[in-house]
Amino acid sequence: MPGTYLPVDYLPVLFFLLIAFAFGMGSILMGYLVRLRRPYAEKLSPYESGMPPEGEPRQRFSIKYYIIAILFVVFDVEAVFLYPWAVSFDKIGLYAFVEMALFIVVLVVGYVYAWKKDALEWD
Amino acid sequence: MLIDTTTTMLVDVEEGIKAIPGANTIITTLDRFINWGRTGSIWPVTFGLACCAIEMMTTGSSRYDLDRFGIIFRGSPRQSDCIIVAGTVTKKMAPIVRKVYDQMPEPRYVIAMGSCACTGNIYRSYSVVQGCDSFLPVDVYIPGCPPRPEALLDGFIKLQEKMRGERMRWSPLR
Repeated sequence: MPGTYLPVDYLPVLFFLLIAFAFGMGSILMGYLVRLRRPYAEKLSPYESGMPPEGEPRQRFSIKYYIIAILFVVFDVEAVFLYPWAVSFDKIGLYAFVEMALFIVVLVVGYVYAWKKDALEWD
Repeated sequence: MLIDTTTTMLVDVEEGIKAIPGANTIITTLDRFINWGRTGSIWPVTFGLACCAIEMMTTGSSRYDLDRFGIIFRGSPRQSDCIIVAGTVTKKMAPIVRKVYDQMPEPRYVIAMGSCACTGNIYRSYSVVQGCDSFLPVDVYIPGCPPRPEALLDGFIKLQEKMRGERMRWSPLR
């Protein structure tokens, strides 16, 4: 049929995906069928290096980590943007320099705000 | 296609393994095939107790290279089929060792590494278990204080020999 696109070239990829899926599921099924199962209470107990587990696995932690994490993400992203900018600095000229300066000024305003709000103090 | 073994001459490769001439195929028992796979992938749980553990780590690292036997240390007993009791087992530690052993799936094996794990060694005292076979079914004993990495390798090879001789231990149908 004219005008119909058949992605024949990608057929091996489809086969690959099918085989990968069948292999993974087949391994799990095969293991389920032939494995040795002898459960008892001690074997099914949670593993914590041989010790009886104590307390809840999900614990509460201080909200201060959240502020530190957000500040980290902000300056991490800044660093990510700075690197390609610095590498191609010779080619992109004055416009990019002004853009980056504005970007950093915006971040510095936020930084000074966080500083004044004692976000960098732990206690 | 089924092969008629009365007309086809099977060639003995070694005991228990036969080759079909011209077909590029060898046949053997399921037991032997699965034991071959199991001996090639003994995964011991990472469990060091004393100075023997230092030798155990050395055995696992590049110079003695346990990986070439398919022996890879695992961080969880759920993924392991072997525990190396490497060092002095105190009476306080014994229930913990036992618990880690209990949490491993069958079939599981125990290697008592070093004289302390075998017999208690010089520590004939109130606090030391006189041999970890008093609370674990030990498969291989490796003497030495501590045993050299070659001795541990030899212990693993002995364990592989033992696994090869087993019949249907891996199977729920046994």
